[in-house]
Amino acid sequence: MTLTVERTRTIAARAVDVWKTYGSGEAQVVALRGINVELERGQFTAIMGPSGSGKSTLMHALAGLDSVTRGQVFIGDTRLTGLSDGGLTTLRRTKVGFIFQQFNLLPTLTAEENILLPLAIAGRKPDRAWFDTVVDTVGLRDRLKHRPSQLSGGQQQRVACARALISRPDIIFADEPTGNLDSRAGADVLTFLRNSVVQHGQTIVMVTHDPVAASYADRVIFLADGHLVDELRAPTADAVLDRLKTIEV
Amino acid sequence: MLKATLKSLLSRKLRLLLSGTAVVLGVMFVSGAFVLTDTLGRSFDGLFATIYSGTDVGVAAKPKVAIDEFDGGSVPANIPAAVLDKVKAVPGVASATGSASADGARVIGRDGKVVTTFGPPRIGENWTGETGLVKLREGRGPTADNEIAINAATAKAAGLHVGDQAGVLTLQPKKIFTVVGIFGYSGGRDSIGGALEIAFTEPVAQQLMLGQPGVYSSIDVRAGPGTTPDQLRAAIATAIGPDYQVKTGDQLRAQAADGLKQGLSFFNNILIGFAGVALFVGTFLILNTFSIIVAQRTRELALMRALGGSRKQVIGSVLTEAFVIGLIASVLGLAAGIGVGVGLAWLFGNVGGSALELAGVGVPAAAIISAFAVGILVTVVAALLPAIRASRIPPIAALQESATPDRPLTKLTIGGAIVLAAGATLLGLGLSGSGIWLLLGGVLVSFIGVALLTPLLARPVVSVLGRVFSWSVPGKLGRLNSGRNPRRTAITAAALMVGLALITGVNVILTSATKSLHHTADNQVTADLIIAGDPGAMPATFDAAVMDKVRAIPGVTRTATEYMDLGSVNGKAEGVVAVPDLAAYAAMFRLSPASGTLAFNGPGETVLDIDSANKQHLKVGDTISVQLSRGEMHKIKIIGVYSKSDVIGGYLMSSDLIKDFRVAQPTMGYVTVAPGTSVATVKQQVDKLLVDSPEVTVADRSGYVDQLSAQFNTLLTMIQVLLALAILIAVLGIVNTLALSVLERTRELGLLRAIGMRRAQTMRMVTVEAVVISVFGALLGLAVGTGLGSATVRALKDDGFTDLAFPWTTMATYLGLAALVGVVAAVIPAIRAARVNVLAAIAHE
Repeated sequence: MTLTVERTRTIAARAVDVWKTYGSGEAQVVALRGINVELERGQFTAIMGPSGSGKSTLMHALAGLDSVTRGQVFIGDTRLTGLSDGGLTTLRRTKVGFIFQQFNLLPTLTAEENILLPLAIAGRKPDRAWFDTVVDTVGLRDRLKHRPSQLSGGQQQRVACARALISRPDIIFADEPTGNLDSRAGADVLTFLRNSVVQHGQTIVMVTHDPVAASYADRVIFLADGHLVDELRAPTADAVLDRLKTIEV
Repeated sequence: MLKATLKSLLSRKLRLLLSGTAVVLGVMFVSGAFVLTDTLGRSFDGLFATIYSGTDVGVAAKPKVAIDEFDGGSVPANIPAAVLDKVKAVPGVASATGSASADGARVIGRDGKVVTTFGPPRIGENWTGETGLVKLREGRGPTADNEIAINAATAKAAGLHVGDQAGVLTLQPKKIFTVVGIFGYSGGRDSIGGALEIAFTEPVAQQLMLGQPGVYSSIDVRAGPGTTPDQLRAAIATAIGPDYQVKTGDQLRAQAADGLKQGLSFFNNILIGFAGVALFVGTFLILNTFSIIVAQRTRELALMRALGGSRKQVIGSVLTEAFVIGLIASVLGLAAGIGVGVGLAWLFGNVGGSALELAGVGVPAAAIISAFAVGILVTVVAALLPAIRASRIPPIAALQESATPDRPLTKLTIGGAIVLAAGATLLGLGLSGSGIWLLLGGVLVSFIGVALLTPLLARPVVSVLGRVFSWSVPGKLGRLNSGRNPRRTAITAAALMVGLALITGVNVILTSATKSLHHTADNQVTADLIIAGDPGAMPATFDAAVMDKVRAIPGVTRTATEYMDLGSVNGKAEGVVAVPDLAAYAAMFRLSPASGTLAFNGPGETVLDIDSANKQHLKVGDTISVQLSRGEMHKIKIIGVYSKSDVIGGYLMSSDLIKDFRVAQPTMGYVTVAPGTSVATVKQQVDKLLVDSPEVTVADRSGYVDQLSAQFNTLLTMIQVLLALAILIAVLGIVNTLALSVLERTRELGLLRAIGMRRAQTMRMVTVEAVVISVFGALLGLAVGTGLGSATVRALKDDGFTDLAFPWTTMATYLGLAALVGVVAAVIPAIRAARVNVLAAIAHE
């Protein structure tokens, strides 16, 4: 009993025997085959795997963006499987933040308005001190009044990161956040994500296929053909690369 | 190339359906109008064939006052009985029947009200016994002077039965008759085309319907065996001389049908006018759709260019697409138009007791040709601009990530200002009297000018408008979205502008007219009570004796009457007004003499207003000739010229002419009461005196003006109904624009949902965008309409428009309705936006 309580306190999200199939009959594709995984609070976890391994599907399922065919998904104490659209929306408002490969900023809003958008939509007052902290961490102080079209790709992605952090979510899901950036801008973003885990205890889950990006994480889990095949703690880029080679062979 | 075009066409079915709908509706109106008039025309041909089935040759007198059809029919002249004898004596005549028949026998129904029809005549005639056409159903024909037979349609409409007493108004005041018979027609019909018929004995019909004993309105002749109608026509014409028109049955039928078809073609032109407005608005919608399609296909088109496609091929591909849409829309529009035409014809034939037997459905060539010409032409012309723009896409655009940035609006704005100035100039010329076409052209060109300027206005106006909705985040996002593509917002709003501007313009004119009428009446009319009926071909009249009794009511200080008929003055057909007591009449309307005097000394005198006198170079002492529907030519002396008045104009003649009027009874009566006397009390008493004149009513001055302006409301309602089509098309435009916005922003919608926006909030965001666009369009429409209306009112200042008034309440209603229209237009796009699959929207491309 004590053990269970302790576990939920330290686990930000978990998947229990999760299966996901698309289509039916001959055209059926099984993306996830009985995944069991626990993502610890205050940790930076990277999900890796070759194309078609199911890594994106797993993240979407954990984030409540996609339903699962069998099994259960939890964020904190909340069971996602079976929640209505309204329930999922509330969950996304309060507990989840997102960072996408395509940045996905609203072109009509300034950088500041984009950062504050999740709070505005939820009708919550921004915490000015936290806003300042976030803005200074991502180094966008002098770009707040600019629109996305006036920002570089790296700057746009940093705005997206700030937007994910502003509501202090339990967990942030980042889907290939450096996929559209050059290595320098990518490094900036990854450093920033790493810092928010270390300094603010933020939980981050990132899907990537870049071993260098994965090396910023505390833990890397490897997927292949819908199975969880391996994991690595305190990874280096070389170690990740080696492990990937064994999986892909 | 063609294959690629057709494929891309099919891939955007839904979007094209919306723009196609606009063309379908316009084409439907155009072809519907042709089908309607064709069906009605052939139905009337059948009707007249029935009416003239028993006539080989018809004789009528040449009318003394020739009036064209448009002014409400000719004023028939009478044939003396001696001519009938002459006709009977012509060899080859088997039978000749004198008919004493005219429109204007108004029966009073059991409810005490005059039975009316919507168009068909109310005929009073002499009973000539049963014929191949006329069949008695009950009772017998009239034999005594106080007896009538009525047709079954009259019996039903008036609720009369054989043995009942019925009051009938004719050239003379109400007379009471006993119904002794009810008749119908061959084939079991109750009426011929809805006409109400009352048959009197011959002397009564002559007296009451023709106003003279021993005369006929026409003679129907049947030819004996071996004589053709043409031979007989020639023989009769020779026998009775040139004062009479002799025609064969076929000629009479053609003549009657031609007169009617002119009226129908007028109707046709109105419908086509409204179709024009609908198609004009539709053009905006199509232009917008094609612009968006071209923008979305930029990369595809650039790729075509990069692979070696020429500019001409690009233009051709877009125009082919337009042609195909136009073609499909024309076919659908034609089919719908046939349905609408037949439906309207059925309504026309069955509503208001018309009972017109409809001919079979026919689709005239004009309907088919106009449907395809209009449908295809409009679509292709609207697509021309986007097609040219498409051809300017450089091949390099295929490789670039983002589309070309929004071009500056400078060129467009300058162009718009020039076009608007040109439109305003045309409008000014049209209003200053250079013709209706200049005026319409001016309105059209002005609309295009305003539409071109709209993108410039869109940003500031939308931003101000949007403040209203900015209290919520979805509202703010919706406002920002509507300002994102000013061209698209502008053209969508401009489509709504056209319909609303026209309605508002008409409304401003009519409101000003009403206010001016009240103003003028209060300033220039001293009569407190006015007796009048509905104006029409046969004016409603009342018994002159009533006026003597009115004068005896305590408190009445002055009365005046006026008599009216159509006549010919110096050879020109016009309304002739006779005023027995000119002095009283002049006081009623504050007329003052500019020269001569305003009091008659004896018979054969007239006065004239100064404008007409100057125009026709007439002065006091000149003589004019007046021919009325009966009697000889009158020589009338001008004894006075009165100064300009906004209510009275033209000749006012002495009372000796009244005896030659068709109806020798007053059409209008005016009463002045002494100060301190209650107008309402006197009105009540006058009301009682008018009990036997059910076609007229008495009203106080402002009540009378209200009666007059009530006609404006009918007009306005009709225009609103017809322009509703243009507004419906504009709504389709809003739906179209929003649907495309939702489609284009799928990714953004997905993101917003991912970061916590609820479905309801998403719907609100789309709705705000729609409402901002529609309210923007409405504001433009109200502004342009007010401008057009005010310009017209100002230009007509000298024609009695003394006041400029704005229908504020109605305008506010239009604005509210526009907001509602926005909400309705947003429903489907909003639902689509709310259903966006979050994952699919934000997943990698």
